[in-house]
Amino acid sequence: MSLAGLAWRFLWARPLVAALNLALLSLGVAAMVFLLVVGAQVERSLQRDLTGIDLVVGAKGSPLQLILAGVFHLDVPTGNVPLAAVQTLRGNPMVAQVIPLALGDSLRGYRIVGTTPDYLALYAGQLEQGRSWVAPLEAVVGQQVARELGLQPGQRFAGSHGLGRDGESHGSVPYTVVGRLARCDCVLDRLVLTGVESVWAVHEHHEAEDVQDQKALRDEREVTLMLLKYRSPLAAVTVPRWVNAQDGLQSAAPALESARLFRMVGVGVDVLRGFAMLLIGVGAVSVFVALLHAVRDREPDLAMIRMLGAPPRRLAALIMLEALWLSALGTALGLALGHGLAQVLGWTLARDRSLTVVGLYWTPGELWCIVAVVALAMAAAALPARRAIRLDVTRLLQTPR
Amino acid sequence: MLSLRGLSYRYPAGPALVFPDFEAPAGARVLLSGPSGSGKSTLIALCAGLLAPQQGALRVAGQDLSAMTAAQRDAWRGATLGVVPQRLHLSAGLTVLDNLAMSFVSVGMPVDRSRLEMLLGELDIGALAGRRPHQLSVGQAQRVALARALVRQPTMLLVDEPTANLDDEAIAAVLQLLERTARHVNATLLIATHDARVAQSLPEAKLLRLTRPTAEVVA
Repeated sequence: MSLAGLAWRFLWARPLVAALNLALLSLGVAAMVFLLVVGAQVERSLQRDLTGIDLVVGAKGSPLQLILAGVFHLDVPTGNVPLAAVQTLRGNPMVAQVIPLALGDSLRGYRIVGTTPDYLALYAGQLEQGRSWVAPLEAVVGQQVARELGLQPGQRFAGSHGLGRDGESHGSVPYTVVGRLARCDCVLDRLVLTGVESVWAVHEHHEAEDVQDQKALRDEREVTLMLLKYRSPLAAVTVPRWVNAQDGLQSAAPALESARLFRMVGVGVDVLRGFAMLLIGVGAVSVFVALLHAVRDREPDLAMIRMLGAPPRRLAALIMLEALWLSALGTALGLALGHGLAQVLGWTLARDRSLTVVGLYWTPGELWCIVAVVALAMAAAALPARRAIRLDVTRLLQTPR
Repeated sequence: MLSLRGLSYRYPAGPALVFPDFEAPAGARVLLSGPSGSGKSTLIALCAGLLAPQQGALRVAGQDLSAMTAAQRDAWRGATLGVVPQRLHLSAGLTVLDNLAMSFVSVGMPVDRSRLEMLLGELDIGALAGRRPHQLSVGQAQRVALARALVRQPTMLLVDEPTANLDDEAIAAVLQLLERTARHVNATLLIATHDARVAQSLPEAKLLRLTRPTAEVVA
C-alpha cells in the first residue's frame, strides 16, 4: 500500500459520499465533453460541406431551408426552378460555375441527387470502386450508403418517390450502381449520385401517361437547386440581388445563413455549456465539503499517521491525493459517458440518414476540461489539506473515538 | 534510554510544567505517573518529538531532542518510536492489515508484508488481518495497536494508559504482552499510568512521578 493506496482506501471508507461526488463530477464532465465532441464534429462537417459554395439558388422560400436542403441535405427543398434559370445563370459573366441539383427521390432514406460531375469535384470525391455515371439511370453511391445498404457496382436498385422512407417505388425504372465513393467525411458519404437526366427520366416515366405527356414534361424540365461559385467578389453584391428579383427564384448565401444557424443553435449550446459548468462547479464544492468533513472525521487517524512519523506535508499530500483520485475517476467516467453519449447520438443520426457523429473523436477542449476539473478538485482540497497540516496531534490522541 | 535534565515546558497562558531529572538505561521499564494536570501527556508528547523542549535537555533513545528541528523529530519518531495511545486510534475505514501497513506508508517506505505477517503471528492475531476495528474485541484491538507500534522495530515504546477500563485479568495479560514484546525487540518501555496495579505487576520498573505545578503569577 502506498500513500495513493491509503488515499484510495480513505476515499471509499465513505462510499455514498464518494459516489455522490463522483456522480456530480462525471456528469458535469460528460455534459461538457458531449458538447465539445458533438459540436466540433457537426461544425467541421457543416464547414466542410459549405466549402466552395458561394450561393445557393432555389425556389422562393426560406433561405435557411435552401441551405439545409441544398447543401446539407437535411431539410426538404422549397420547390423546383425552371431549367432555363440554370442556363441563364451559366451565361452570367459574374458566375464561374453552376451545379444543378435535382432532388425528389430517395433510396431507403438516402437521397438520390441528380447532378453533374462538378458536384463530385466540389468535394474532391474519389471513386473507391467502379466509375462515375455516364448514361441515365447509372448511379454512384456514397460510402455510408454502400456500407449500410451493401451496394456494389453492378447491382440494381429502385428509388422511391419523395425524401422519406415510405414513398412509392419507381420499380419499373431501376438504377444500376456503377461506382462506389471513398469516404470523404462530407455530405457525399450519405448520397446516391446520378445525372440530372436520370431524375427527369424516372419522373417522366412515372408521371406521363402517353408520348405526348412525355414531350410536355420534357419541355418543362426543372431542377431543385443550384450551387453557384462566383467569378469575382463583386458578384456577392450583384448576383443575389438579380436572383431575388426573378419570379420564383430565391438566393441564400451559405456564409450568412450558416452564421445565422450557428447563432440560433449557439444559444442552446451556451445554455447546455453553462449547465455543464454549473455541474462541475457544484461537484467541486461537493468535493470541498466532503474533504473538509473527511478531515474533521478523520482527525484522529491523521494524528496517528503523524505519530507514526509522517511530516505535516505528507498529511496534506494524502488529502490532495484523495481529491486527485476523485477528479481522475470523475474525468475518466465523464469522458467515457460523454463519448458514449456522442456515439449514441451518432447512431440515432445515422438511422435518420443525417450528419455523421462518432464517439471516438477527440478535441483539444477536452484536455482543458480535464485540467480544469483536476485544478478545481485540487483547489477544493487546499483548505482541508491546510487543516490537516495544522492538526494538534497531542490533543487528538487523547480524544476518545 | 531516557534522560531528563532540567526539562520544563510552558503552554501559552499556563503554568510552567517542570519535570524532575531522570535517567533510565536502554531496555529499561519506566512507569510515568502523576495526577491529572501534572504533565504526563505533555512529557509523552515531548518524548515523541511532537513538542519541542523549551528548557533543559531531553534525550530519548540516544538522541537529544532539544537540538532537533521539527522535520528531524518527525523522521526520528518514525524510525525510533512505537506509540500505543490510550484510545488506540485504529483507523475505522481500514482493515487490521492496512492499519499496520500505515506505519510504513506514513514514512514513505514500501510495505514489508513478511514483517507484518510475522508480527500478526507473534501476537496471535493473524486470523484478524482482514477484519475492521469494529469487529475486534478490546483485547484484540490492543494487540493490533501494539503490533502497529512494533512494525518498524522501535527502540522506544511509549504506551499511554494501557489498562484503562480493563479488569485485573486483562491488565495482567496486557502488561505481560507489553513486557514480553519490549524484551523481544530490546526496546525501552515507557508506560504512562495512574493505575497502581501496573506498578505492582512491574516491580522492577523505574518510577517517574510527576506532581501538579503550583500556581504562579504570569507576568
